[in-house]
Amino acid sequence: MPAMRSTAVYRRRRLVNVVTLSASALTMAFALAFLAWVLGTLFAYGFGGLSTRVFTEMTPPPGSSGGLLNAIAGSAALVAIGIAIGAPVGVLAGTYLAEFGARSWLAWAARFINDVLLSAPSIIIGLFVYTLLVVPVKHFSGWAGAVSLAIIALPVVVRTTEDMLRLVPASLREAAAALGAPRWKVVVLVAYRAARAGIITGVMLAVARVSGETAPLLFTALNNQFWSMELSRPVANLPVTIFQYAMSPYEDWHALAWAGALLITLGVLALNISARSLFHQRRGGE
Amino acid sequence: MSEAHGFAMPEITTERPWTTVAMRAARPDAARAAAPGTKLAVREVDFYYGRFQALHKVTLDVPEKQVTAFIGPSGCGKSTLLRVFNRMYELYPEQRVSGEVWLDSRNILDRRVDVNLLRATVGMVFQKPTPFPMSIYDNIAFGVKLYERLSRADMDARVEWALRKAALWDEVKDVLSRSGTRLSGGQQQRLCIARAIAVKPEVLLLDEPTSALDPISTAHIERLVSELKRDYTIVIVTHNMQQAARLSDWTAFMYLGELVEFDTTERIFTNPSVKQTEDYVTGRFG
Amino acid sequence: MISTEQPTIPGHAATIRRGSLQGLADAAFLRTTQGFAFLLLVTLLAIIASLVVGAWPALRRFGLGFVASTAWNPVTEEFGALVAIYGTLVTSAIAMVIGIPVSFGIALFITELCPRWLRRPLGIAVELLAGIPSIIYGMWGLFVFAPFMADHVQPRLNDTLGELPLVGALFQGPPMGIGMLTAGLILWIMVIPFISAVMRDVFEVVPPMLKESAYGVGATTWEVVSRVVLPYTRIGVIGGIMLGLGRALGETMAVTFVIGNAYQLSASLLMPGNTISAALANEFTEAVGDLYLSALIALGLILFLITFVVLAGARLLLARLARLEGKAA
Repeated sequence: MPAMRSTAVYRRRRLVNVVTLSASALTMAFALAFLAWVLGTLFAYGFGGLSTRVFTEMTPPPGSSGGLLNAIAGSAALVAIGIAIGAPVGVLAGTYLAEFGARSWLAWAARFINDVLLSAPSIIIGLFVYTLLVVPVKHFSGWAGAVSLAIIALPVVVRTTEDMLRLVPASLREAAAALGAPRWKVVVLVAYRAARAGIITGVMLAVARVSGETAPLLFTALNNQFWSMELSRPVANLPVTIFQYAMSPYEDWHALAWAGALLITLGVLALNISARSLFHQRRGGE
Repeated sequence: MSEAHGFAMPEITTERPWTTVAMRAARPDAARAAAPGTKLAVREVDFYYGRFQALHKVTLDVPEKQVTAFIGPSGCGKSTLLRVFNRMYELYPEQRVSGEVWLDSRNILDRRVDVNLLRATVGMVFQKPTPFPMSIYDNIAFGVKLYERLSRADMDARVEWALRKAALWDEVKDVLSRSGTRLSGGQQQRLCIARAIAVKPEVLLLDEPTSALDPISTAHIERLVSELKRDYTIVIVTHNMQQAARLSDWTAFMYLGELVEFDTTERIFTNPSVKQTEDYVTGRFG
Repeated sequence: MISTEQPTIPGHAATIRRGSLQGLADAAFLRTTQGFAFLLLVTLLAIIASLVVGAWPALRRFGLGFVASTAWNPVTEEFGALVAIYGTLVTSAIAMVIGIPVSFGIALFITELCPRWLRRPLGIAVELLAGIPSIIYGMWGLFVFAPFMADHVQPRLNDTLGELPLVGALFQGPPMGIGMLTAGLILWIMVIPFISAVMRDVFEVVPPMLKESAYGVGATTWEVVSRVVLPYTRIGVIGGIMLGLGRALGETMAVTFVIGNAYQLSASLLMPGNTISAALANEFTEAVGDLYLSALIALGLILFLITFVVLAGARLLLARLARLEGKAA
């Protein structure tokens, strides 16, 4: 073994190491800086536009004052219906993938397609629902918006349901089966219960995902300047309102758009964080 | 060691109609050539995990209301054989069995025997405790509810009966609504035993029930097993030879998927007729 | 103790009937879940079918020339997809060219460099970046980032990179703020969390033994990462990159705000352009005339096919990695 003496080769390697690792730390700092920049802008403009009127008044025409009440209510309705459709379908499909479809071609194909749908452009989903539900009746509708949100929520729920059910130990299923429980009771009464926190996490992540979706609503629910809960008609919603107001030339609309953007972001991030902490807490506790 | 009076005990259990109606696969020549007092007659059982053959033509008679131990080095097929008795392998499509296992006068490997009813008759307790993620009370009631509709009072009585049988009642009677997963390991395992006997099976399969437990809990379970054999036919898989010697009336030594020797525990441990058995029980094995 | 006797079982008839019903219930449950899994396949096929049907008039009218034409004139009903395809590819390319090394740096920092207690907060911070809805990026891009680009970045680009031979043309142009470069940079920030998350996951599965034996012969951290970790996780890293690319290609709202919605093919990245998703978002609800609508749907079909190929490739690579891991374990 040579003496522990620093050679030119070694010094060069040290230098390369220091430079690359510093660059790595720099990229991390860069990402954090961007996060701070985006959130900082959002908070600064958003809190400026926020007032009680936002929650109590309808969306105004340009130049007059107003709020976002109808858009908030419409968004809540669309998301609720979308999740009410997408979550049960997703849980059942995920159940098949985890519990029954170990090696069937259907499970393989469904899993693959689900992964593709998970990252497919949401605007394409909007186009699809447009041709499916808007073209036949010749007008935009809340139902179409809710269905497109359901299709976007679906793969999120399928994926987490399958992953969470796979975390349930086989011994628990065997124990239930050993008591004479038929397969469906093993799944519904034992496996679902054991995976409950995880499945709820998945549904919450799906809510977070669809709450901010704008593109698929453009051609489906469209928007509505007034209070509208009639789902066979265009329904006001927050993301499309933000889009239209932000693209407009009016200052007061911009302020409302920022307020709406802040509301959506806070909601989505709160859902994301609480879903993750619920999951960690339950996993740690059991 | 041999509790011969077990045979003399009067038949306590009431008739179980499901075993007569649903297990229609009975044949007049049932349990052919089985020794008198046999509960499970195993005939030429082969078992396959995919292409790998794990059991080779195993034939033996498990006597009623006694404790039979399966011993042998890991991978010898003792757990596999145990899982044939309640057809647990059916949960896994790649596992196959051939041969016959006669429970009283029915070949339980016959597809026409309802597997869930079979498992209600042949209970199982696993290596690791498998409490369901629900209350202690619900853990016990789970299996009972699968096949019986009991009034609240009857169910309370059944839960207490099962917990007393498993020597757990005094420890948990005040916390029945607490989650079963919060008990200690030894308590969890007794909970699983209580859960298994609450369904009132005829046979109890114990798959290394103490290998994950501390010595005190192990002693608890062992005492329990010797009491339970008054009412149940018990088959226990263990890799602990002292435990087999302490607990069982009959012992089967298995090696490489074959039954090497089956005899009274006394003979197996004092005067085995096969060299391999002797080497194993005296610790001079491979 | 109540009694040593086992209680009798009431309701025998019910017991028997329930026993035989269980088989039916089991089959019903299996078929139901299977049906919903099948629905995923149906959804994909229906998406493709509806896009093909919707795009058919435009495809029949313009043929294969549709993808090669720069025309986009609703008045004369002349449509071509080239500008939108070009914009989609260019903005995504910008995002990937700088997104890959930066994501790698972040994954490297989180897995190898930062203290253990910092890992989770940093991981959450990067996830927040992914959690912010894309429309927020769009607004931030329009109101904050585009002016910043116009005031500080683009003039400098004109004076520096713009003076270079060959590549100079890419960076020459009026500093308007909006345009393909701005859109690409916003996409870059948006794909970072996706790519770095996958990289982080695959870096973490490298067996410690492997890294330790490299450290054992005196390798530096960078050498271990570049010579051991990266080659070992190659497939996963590529899968993650393609996943990010799939996201970038299809991203709509963030791009729509800042792309400029212009149908011209310009060499300069500082010029406004268009992407498929932005064209759809901007024009679809206002499109009049069947051919106009059909041409937009045809754009959607092209986008879907491109992203499908990319995402399918990503998933196949990641699935292969999972299989390899399963074998090694």
